[in-house]
Amino acid sequence: MKVVLQNVTKIFPSRNKKSKEEVVAVNNFDFTIPDGKLVGLLGPSGCGKSTTLYMISGLQKLTSGKIFFGDDDVTDLSPENRGVGLVFQNYALYPHMTVKQNIMFPLQNLTGKDKLTKEEMLSRTVEAAKLVQIDELLDRKPSELSGGQQQRVAIARALVKMPRILLLDEPLSNLDARLRLQTREEIRRIQRETKITTIFVTHDQEEAMSISDVIVVMKLGVVQQIGAPQDVYDDPVNLFVAKFLGTPPINVFSGKVSGGKVYIGDSEAVADAKGVPDQEVFIGIRPEGFIVDAAGPLTCTLSGIEVMGRDSSVITTNAASLNPFIRSIIDSDIKVDPKSEKVRFSIKPNKIFIFNKETEERIRPEVK
Amino acid sequence: MVDSKHQWKAWIYLLPALVLILVFTVWPIINTVRLAFLENYNMMTALKGAKFNINFNNFIKVVQYPGFKSCLLNTVLLCILTVPISTVLALLIAVALNSIKGLQKFLQTVFFLPYVTNSIAIGMVFAAMFNMVGNAYGTQNEIIVTAGIINNIIEFFGGTRVNWINVGSSYLANMTVMVIYIVWNALPFKILILLGGLQSINKQYYDAAKIDGTRKGRILTRITVPLLSPMLAYVIITGFIGGFKEYTSIVGIFGEKLGPADDAGRLNTMVGYIYDSLAGKHQGRASAAALILFGIILVVTLINLRVSKKRVHY
Repeated sequence: MKVVLQNVTKIFPSRNKKSKEEVVAVNNFDFTIPDGKLVGLLGPSGCGKSTTLYMISGLQKLTSGKIFFGDDDVTDLSPENRGVGLVFQNYALYPHMTVKQNIMFPLQNLTGKDKLTKEEMLSRTVEAAKLVQIDELLDRKPSELSGGQQQRVAIARALVKMPRILLLDEPLSNLDARLRLQTREEIRRIQRETKITTIFVTHDQEEAMSISDVIVVMKLGVVQQIGAPQDVYDDPVNLFVAKFLGTPPINVFSGKVSGGKVYIGDSEAVADAKGVPDQEVFIGIRPEGFIVDAAGPLTCTLSGIEVMGRDSSVITTNAASLNPFIRSIIDSDIKVDPKSEKVRFSIKPNKIFIFNKETEERIRPEVK
Repeated sequence: MVDSKHQWKAWIYLLPALVLILVFTVWPIINTVRLAFLENYNMMTALKGAKFNINFNNFIKVVQYPGFKSCLLNTVLLCILTVPISTVLALLIAVALNSIKGLQKFLQTVFFLPYVTNSIAIGMVFAAMFNMVGNAYGTQNEIIVTAGIINNIIEFFGGTRVNWINVGSSYLANMTVMVIYIVWNALPFKILILLGGLQSINKQYYDAAKIDGTRKGRILTRITVPLLSPMLAYVIITGFIGGFKEYTSIVGIFGEKLGPADDAGRLNTMVGYIYDSLAGKHQGRASAAALILFGIILVVTLINLRVSKKRVHY
């Protein structure tokens, strides 16, 4: 089932009666989520990603715009008639019910022609539990489960009524680091097996990048960029997206374009910018974009080396950098003398981005 | 831990409270138990050094006393009737209050008013509402003829007037008035507790239920009530304890006669019986009755706790 969001806008009225200031939580969201894909809504807190999810679920009403599931207009449909499964951030498992009762609860609500017999309910419950691999825990109470197990129960409860769309609100935020890795693979597996269009919300870019087919980067209620994770990473449309994606984060410098060349501080030209008029710019360089090169154009002061085994981080400083430290990741085969004061880098041309200083929009040089 | 060298200091700080508790709580309890087993105890002769036999005669006298059975029956009946009714009503009102947005604070105050009003005063108002005054019902001096607000309302809707509390009224009518009054009086505290419980329930449970298309009735029985069960258990247990101590409400409606004028004492309760015995200088009998009441409350509370252990979740 594809999901179409047409100019979806959500405005929360001001709480304070004196100031008539409204909060625009989601501004003109326009996007079609393709059928059977796993989509990550990504952005810092307060960017409207959860509001978008709740509007798709029907728990929040739209201020304007329309939502379609397939060809059905569901904009004015109440949540129970939309056929969505929602997994809450803190799971919202009923503490007084066993795992089995929790998963079965949505089925018991069905009436009329959808009403199921006890046997059907039980078999669907066991099926859902098997899918998320908790069929051994059916008689436990939620309080007797670990965070990861509770998460699976919540997913099973959302899946048991065979929803058209599965929605996950910050599905991994309550789990510890190791479980997070495991569970995100699990979500990917379940989504692949069920082929249900799944939308999840996260503020963790790594999480979104690792499992999504498509990511939607949002900021202050406005969609910044939509695309496959790798495409968005490799080709950010503005400084915000470039900064938001990637760990370690992108290194930002202030510099200038002059005569079709990019300069950082008082460095030599670090890259070409053919056809770009002379101006002050922000320059972003991915950590993996640095090459240690004795004749390189960028000279930085060495401040430390972190060895990780597979690769190492060279930490340097430069007056033109907006961050206190520049982090560059280089292959561990390349040795940098820790005692040397200066390191010189050359820059991989596809890992450097230039942005307009005022609008922070990407400036794209002509391709040769 | 306090340094053992200075432990006496701690005791000094505790002393004022301890003395008060010992004199006004602990000693009376011990003395009640003591008096209950002393036959024909009399304070005046006791002061002169008289000795009393230790036996169960007080208990036997209490049980054999002709009014005792009806006191016990009244008490138990009022408990069994008022606790479930008031709990269910309080639950429904609390749920309704919790679900409205406007006027919530105002209505909360309105529903809480009976709690801060003297129960004798409320009783007098209720008595006036149910009272029939006039030549046909009261004494000859009372010339204003009214059947009371409640009867006026009943007659307005085409019913026949009921003699609620006056001379010649039935036991059923008397009990009806008592139940209405006690339930009304018990509501505010229960609403307050349940509303507090409701407001602490995570809203996401209701969002989840909404997504799953749960009907209103099922949300109440399958989600709200179980999640509210600790508060419900508290309200029911304290309700039973309060119910077994019912007395002032009877005085409020019927005055000191504890029943309609032609059948005084008909609505007397256990606590009323204890007061009566004290008034008759039968401290021994009063103590024995108090111990019996204590035993009953203890058993009922234990049953309550046993049941709630199964029913109260987490």
